[in-house]
Parts: sequence; C-alpha cells; structure tokens
Amino acid sequence: MLTYILRRLGLAAVITVLAVTLLFLIIHMIPGDPISTMLGPKASPEMRAALEARMGLDKPLIAQIGLFFANMLRGDLGMDVFSNRPVTTIVLGQIPYTLTLILVSILWSAVLGIALGCYSAVNRNSLGDRLTGVLSVSVIAVPAFVVSLYSLLLFAVKLQWFPAIGAGEPGDWGDQLHHLVLPSLAIGLSWVGYIARLVRASMLEVMGEGHVRTARAFGLPERRITFGYALRLAILPTVTVIGVGMGFLLSAAVFTEIVFSRPGLGKLVIDSITTRNYPVVMGSVLFSTLIFVASTTLADIINAILDPRIRAGK
Amino acid sequence: MTDTAVSLPKPRSELGEIFHHLVRDPLGLAGLIIVTLIVASALFAPWIAPYDPVAMNIPDRLQGPNLAHLMGTDQLGRDTFSRVIWGGRVALQVALPTIAGAIAIGLVLGMIAGYGPKWLDNLIVLFFDTVRSFPTVMFALAVVALVGPSLNTVILVIMVTSIPTYGRVVRTLTQSLKEAEFITAEKSLGASTARIMFIHIVPNVLGPLAVLAAMDIPTVVGLEAGLSFLGMGVKPPTPSWGSLLNDGYSLIRNTPWIIIAGGIPLILTTLGFTFLGEALRDVVDPKLRGKGGK
Repeated sequence: MLTYILRRLGLAAVITVLAVTLLFLIIHMIPGDPISTMLGPKASPEMRAALEARMGLDKPLIAQIGLFFANMLRGDLGMDVFSNRPVTTIVLGQIPYTLTLILVSILWSAVLGIALGCYSAVNRNSLGDRLTGVLSVSVIAVPAFVVSLYSLLLFAVKLQWFPAIGAGEPGDWGDQLHHLVLPSLAIGLSWVGYIARLVRASMLEVMGEGHVRTARAFGLPERRITFGYALRLAILPTVTVIGVGMGFLLSAAVFTEIVFSRPGLGKLVIDSITTRNYPVVMGSVLFSTLIFVASTTLADIINAILDPRIRAGK
Repeated sequence: MTDTAVSLPKPRSELGEIFHHLVRDPLGLAGLIIVTLIVASALFAPWIAPYDPVAMNIPDRLQGPNLAHLMGTDQLGRDTFSRVIWGGRVALQVALPTIAGAIAIGLVLGMIAGYGPKWLDNLIVLFFDTVRSFPTVMFALAVVALVGPSLNTVILVIMVTSIPTYGRVVRTLTQSLKEAEFITAEKSLGASTARIMFIHIVPNVLGPLAVLAAMDIPTVVGLEAGLSFLGMGVKPPTPSWGSLLNDGYSLIRNTPWIIIAGGIPLILTTLGFTFLGEALRDVVDPKLRGKGGK
C-alpha cells in the first residue's frame, strides 16, 4: 500500500515538474512578449530593460527555468506589477473562495447523484429509473456557464431570491451560504446527471459479479448487499471521475465566478488579464495546475485504499 | 467473444450499415436531426438569417420576441435570431479544426506509443499525463494573456489539451490489436510496420475515435463560447454564441431575451452530439459503454 502511494506521489512530482517546464517553454515559444504586453507600445527602451531584468528575462532560457524552479520552491512567484505585493500571497488569498465553491458544488451533486444512481440501479427499468435517465442526460447537456446565466436571470434578477453579486459578508456564515447557492447549483447541476449515470452503470455491473451473487446466496439481507458490497465498489469510478474532473470544475468555477462577480482564482485571472498583470496570471495558472495534479493523485490513492485489486494490479 | 479482436468496430465499407442502425435508434435519430439542423443552419446562414447579423438598427433596439425579430434585438437593434444562426459558424469553425487536429496528432502518437518500444511508450504516456494536468480554461487564459484574444489561439490551445483524450484510446486499442492473430499473420508475411499501421490499425481505431469526437464536440463548442463570453475569443462585432451571452449578461436588467437566446443553441448542440455519440457508441462498439462523457 505504502509503496503504491509513494510511487503515485513520485509520478505526481514528475508530472508537476514537466507541466511547469512545459508551461514555461510554451510561454516563451509563442509570439508576443510579456514586456510589450505589460508596458504597452509606448514603453521606452530603458523601461523595457528594467522590467526585463526584474523578471529575469535577460538571462538564457535554461537559467530562467532554473531560477523559476528555485524561486517556486521558496514560494516566490514574483511580484505583482501594480501593488508590488508577492504573487503567492495574492493567489493564496483567492484560492479558498474557489476551493469552497468547488467542494460545495461537488459535495451536493455527488450526494444527490449517488442516491439517484443507486435508486435507478435497484429499481432498474422502473418509471423512476427512466425519469432519472432522461433528467440526467438533460442536465448534462447544459454547460455550467449557461446554467450560471440562466439561474442568475431567473433567481437573482427576476425572482430576487438569491443575491447576484459577491461571496457574502466575511464572518457571516449564513450570508456566505446564501451567496453560494446559485454558483454551486450552476457548477454541480451537470455533475448530478453525470454521477447518477455512472453510479447506475457501475452498480449494475457490480451486482452481476460473483461476490455479490455469493453474498445473496448466503442469504444476506438485500439492504446489506446493496450498500455494503455493491455501492462500495460502484462509487470507485465516481471518485476517479471527480479527481480527473477537477480540471472541468476549475474551468466551470472561472465562468461562474465571473458571472456572479465572486472573488476567486477565475476572477483574479480575468482581472489580471485585463490589467495586463502578467505575473499574477502565471501564478494563478500555476496554482490551478498544482490543484489539478493533487486532486487526480488523491483520487488514485483513495481508489487504491477502497479497492484492493488496484493495489495488487500495480 | 472468441478472441481479442472480435469486439473491434466494423470496417468502413459498412458505413451504410452504421447509418441504418443509427436511424433506427430513437436517441440516435434525434441526435442526427439536431446535429443536421445545427450544421445546416451554420452552413446556410446567409440564406437562413433574416437580417445582417452586424447591421445596427437603433430605433428597433432591445425588443422582445416578435414577428419581425423572432428572438428580439440587442442594444444596437441587431437581430438576435440572425446572430444565433451566424454564431453557429464560429462554433463549427473552432470545433472542426480543433478536433481534426487533435485526432490526427493523437492517432499518430497513440499508435507510436502502442506499437513502438516500451521507452517511447512511457515517454508519450508521460507527455499525455502532463498535458492533461493543465486545466484547459486556465491554460487558454494564460496564452490569451500573452498573444491577445483570437480564435486561432483558442483553436490551438483546445487542440493541444485534447490530444491525450484521443491518444490514450488509440494507444490502448493499438496495444490489443498488436497481439491479434491477423496482425501476427501479416507480420509473418513480411508486411512493413507502416503497412500494418495504416492498412490495419487505423481503420480499426477510427470507429471509437468517431464516438469520442462526437462526445467531445460539445465540450469544444462550450469552451469556445465560454472564452468568447469572457472576451478572450472572437472579436466584436462577429456574432458567436459566447459573445451573444456576454451582450445578454451586460443587459440582464434590461432584457432577458438575449441570454435565453444565446444559451439555447449551446444546449441543443450538447444534446444533439451527446445523443449521436451514445447511439454511435452502441453501434460501433458496445464495449465502450459508460466510458464517454466528461
């Protein structure tokens, strides 16, 4: 078990290093340089040189990458061009907003999705099962930012049940939760359908397997078979999908934060692009990549803990 | 199932057969109709759209749906319905080259990984895993921040981040095909690697790739719309579903109709291609069931 976890963590580290290097190289290969983008066309050569030196862009590429990694390990991602605060501090200040939004969204949709999928599998081909199936496909079909806009229009602007802007007063939990309802609805909705379908399919597969048939032959109560044996295995693909889906969740969060004017990584990136605050953009992308790699790794490890077959297979 | 190769898709000479099966499946038929409608309205936009999508007509601004303007008008009096129809062009302009490019590169890399030596396989899989670790939208925003908003940037970024999706499937299929009897037979007859790859492996992986592509199109269309919504894709006044939604967003307190109209084509596209993809999967390869989607 420990060997598996260590190997998986090692792989995650390698991927992180490669991803950061690749990000760095792509940024350098594509036409257009950050200096012009940041300073605009009227910059004097002295200003350009000063900024180049400050960002380390005057050194050879290899040295730049090395420097970048060395700084990154010390938690130094450069300075914000305008406020002169460290990029790390700025980005870390926004991450809790985005993570809360994502976690709340995936939590409610996983609970509802697993319940619906489980119900569908147990009552296979019933009216409820068919209804769930149709509903699942319908909600999967709506992109998160369309749900954001539609729910903003209906519940915030027309009905005024929920606030349209912001994340709520700091310290006031009720207010913050009130502000979370629509954004998490927007992000989670398609996941309900997706998870319901996934759980239903894997549940039906597991219920046909030998060990479940054996359990049934031994006369174990149906409830125990469903929840103790079938569901436990049927949840595995969901864990993987949520882990791998972190990229989609982060993307959805970007749009949702913009639509609802919520603070967070997405809002930070968009604001930084409009103000050409280049280091902040890079820092946010870097952190979101780290979150993504961490979540896929975590999903694999959780899967290995839940399913002994994965460990044995490695 | 008598051996490893039986579950593989039907050869291309049976395209008619596949079509026949698709039409008989209600879900497939629905998908086919929706997709045909979307593609046709994008192709024939100049003839279908009642107005010029960028023509302003200030006296008619901010109208609700009526007989003259089926989906109303925006703050400049532009006809929303015409903009929706023309927006389909942008969506397809982005989706087709993106997916074609990702399939081509994914196909080559996947075959090399599946057929080539172990070290090359490891290297390519590591590349796939690395590229997959970028959250697409964040990555796209980083590149846009550098080169400025443009559709080509959007196409390139989504293409690169989609390569692993196709590459991994091709790799797995190639690996199982490599061991198939007919390939061994071909090899013992002295067939070249190139011949095995292009005559035998490519036709056998195209079916599953088509299924994946159908499922992937809505994702790509949604990404383009999302980036255009954020002002990082098409430039105004070019109509795109995303920029339409952006117009509607800034006018949300004046008129609900632009947002409603901008969202419908996105929902229909997702619905149509998902139905089509699922029906296609059932025809092409029942074993892929439950593997598509997100």
